[in-house]
Amino acid sequence: MQAEEIVGSRLTNQSLSRWLHSLPGVDKVGLEARAASLATRSIKTTSKVWGLDMAIKMMDLTTLEGMDTPQRVRSLCQKAMTPDMDDPECPTPAAICVYGDMVPHAKAALGKSKIYVAAVATAFPSGRASMKVKLQDTKDAVAFGADEIDMVIDRGAFLSGNYLEVFKQIQAVKQACQRPKGKPAHLKVILETGELQTYDNIRRASYLAMLAGADFIKTSTGKVTVNATLPITLLMLEAVRDWFDQTGELIGVKPAGGIRTAKDALKYLVVVKETAGERWLTPELFRFGASSLLNDVLMQRKKLLTKTYLGPDYVSVD
Amino acid sequence: MFDYAPAPEAKLASFQKSYGHFIGGKFTKPANLYPTINPASEEVLAQISHGTAKDVDLAVKAARSSYEKVWSKLSGAERGKYLYRIARIMQERARELAVAETLNNGKPIKETRDFDVPTAVSWFFYYAGWADKLDHAGLGHNPQALGVAAQVVPWNFPLMMLAWKIAPALAAGNTIVLKPSETTPLSALLFAEICQQAELPEGVVNIVTGFGDTGAALVGHKDVNKVAFTGSTEVGKIIAKQVAGSNKKVTLELGGKAANIVFDDAPIDQAIEGVINGIFFNQGHVCCAGSRLLIQESIHDEFIKKLKRRMSTLRLGDPMDKNTDVGAINSADQLAKIKKLVKKGVSEGGELWQPECKIPRNGFWFAPAIVDNVSPANTVAREEIFGPVLSVITFRTPAEAVTKANNTEYGLSAGIWTEKGSKMLKLADQLNAGVIWSNTFNQFDPTSPFGGFKESGYGREGGRQGLLSYLKAGK
Repeated sequence: MQAEEIVGSRLTNQSLSRWLHSLPGVDKVGLEARAASLATRSIKTTSKVWGLDMAIKMMDLTTLEGMDTPQRVRSLCQKAMTPDMDDPECPTPAAICVYGDMVPHAKAALGKSKIYVAAVATAFPSGRASMKVKLQDTKDAVAFGADEIDMVIDRGAFLSGNYLEVFKQIQAVKQACQRPKGKPAHLKVILETGELQTYDNIRRASYLAMLAGADFIKTSTGKVTVNATLPITLLMLEAVRDWFDQTGELIGVKPAGGIRTAKDALKYLVVVKETAGERWLTPELFRFGASSLLNDVLMQRKKLLTKTYLGPDYVSVD
Repeated sequence: MFDYAPAPEAKLASFQKSYGHFIGGKFTKPANLYPTINPASEEVLAQISHGTAKDVDLAVKAARSSYEKVWSKLSGAERGKYLYRIARIMQERARELAVAETLNNGKPIKETRDFDVPTAVSWFFYYAGWADKLDHAGLGHNPQALGVAAQVVPWNFPLMMLAWKIAPALAAGNTIVLKPSETTPLSALLFAEICQQAELPEGVVNIVTGFGDTGAALVGHKDVNKVAFTGSTEVGKIIAKQVAGSNKKVTLELGGKAANIVFDDAPIDQAIEGVINGIFFNQGHVCCAGSRLLIQESIHDEFIKKLKRRMSTLRLGDPMDKNTDVGAINSADQLAKIKKLVKKGVSEGGELWQPECKIPRNGFWFAPAIVDNVSPANTVAREEIFGPVLSVITFRTPAEAVTKANNTEYGLSAGIWTEKGSKMLKLADQLNAGVIWSNTFNQFDPTSPFGGFKESGYGREGGRQGLLSYLKAGK
């Protein structure tokens, strides 16, 4: 559906603003209580095995450090291709997530594997650069062969009520994801929920990103104090569910930052199942942005399959 | 498919084959036995004594004797110590109490574990703190206990209702004879063991099990000073008649038919959760359940669609499974009553909808239900169903919402869902209900008084006001 059709009028900052502010409010206490109640679900035995495998398949294994090197990226790719050296049946993560300049190294290391390469772009993590720079950043990563682009929104523009500016930037980046030949890169739009602060803002930013053409809405860069939380993810899942009802478009959700344990990952899967529904329980529509999560999931998985807890020395550090 | 594998709670509670009454600090010899069952499986859990007038008399005598000889002579601080001790032992035995409650009541372990038991415990902690501060209860210097309190509690929250009754009564210095419901006596009998464990002086708390006739003998006993009852309005009326003309002080916490009012400017997703929690919590066996959804006409269709989708995710089944949301109906009688009322509501024009769910073969079950297009004259809009059945009524303006919400014999609770504070406050002022929640539902706290208007009863439980039901002004 066209944005104007959804908003119901010509797109101006005023009409966008009116539309976003007409969305139902979010009651903080109620939202957090719902997330807390879902977090008490008890996931055991067969469902735990299923959940841990799914968590691995949904993972964007991430390294986003100033000190990243080609060697580090290659070793992370190696880890992604064979997460468990002893178990060839172990599923592999959905993608490797790196800075744009590391894309060629990741592509080379992953070779013919089906693991995608996701690149952060648009002056990640702050997004404070000219549009020209943001678009070039995106185009570089796409040209290097990135399968997915994780962009950041301009939080300054959003918080000052300049929704049309945010909308246009997302649209422009979406355009920069096109390739002359072949499939365009998938666009994940990072809302940086920790900086948007209120749940009402997060709901509005989710809708704005979906309206502008996001394939995924993503919580955080992992670089601010508050990153992904269960209530925020629940809220964003409600947004994609309602968006699908309204438009028939399936949009993905990616919580990122701060999800470190298998137990946490299972809680997120419960929230996906009971909010958006089973349809979203696929790497096509739900991802975890994480670095240390994989090893904890691997340890728990080994424990379930071998009935012995081996400890951190039996999984590789990356 | 992400199906949750069974996650059963361990059966951490064990019961004796048979129980006598708890009188004067000891269990009497079991007599006049009847079985108490697990309503989710119909399996017999234990044999319970059906109390006679003679048993009641013995219990009241024990309570009177301990009131005069021991309890009324203790300082408030000393009484408080016992209450704290009981609270701590309940915490230590929390999982056992939760399991016992779930087995005997049919409600999900998730609820007994996270709600019933912690709330019951919080009542003891709260009133333990009051025991030596009665001068500040609002009755002036040195207020006095009433004497022996007769307390009759229902089956929907057996342990929590026991705590609501016993904790303030003891803090105020009364002694007690309590009768639990005939279908759910086990947690009260475990509580009797806790009284022994806490070395509570003999006779301060007495528990007589049995049916309505046992309760009538207790309420009508000439030597009780106070009657506290939670249960149906029907029985409440009988009790009110029975005690009329006596100088017994009475509190009655009876039925309800609460309106949960949802405006078009509500936080919709949280309102859905609140409506679900309002009526499907504890299978709707809640006197303050939000059993009437008053939905603004302009959002009726969208809201009901979302509500149905959410209802489809409710997990009905084994109450001992940690992932069960909706457990068993407490008794065959209650199930029959729910079915009868729903049938009547449908025959009067209501549209029944229930999600598909697998109903276990044994036990008593009723799938979560909504009855849409209900007129205010429909039986399901007027009578308390006390089951997982939500009646849907629409309104157009705030004034109409108030009129329809107040159009009931009851007046226990109400819910208002709107993001507009001024509207919420204005409405709260106009609703005739003892408890009004806004943008939430079914919240309980020992510091907050609870009770109803009209046929929902009189007197307040909880908070400072809850103490007043067990005190009189000092000389």
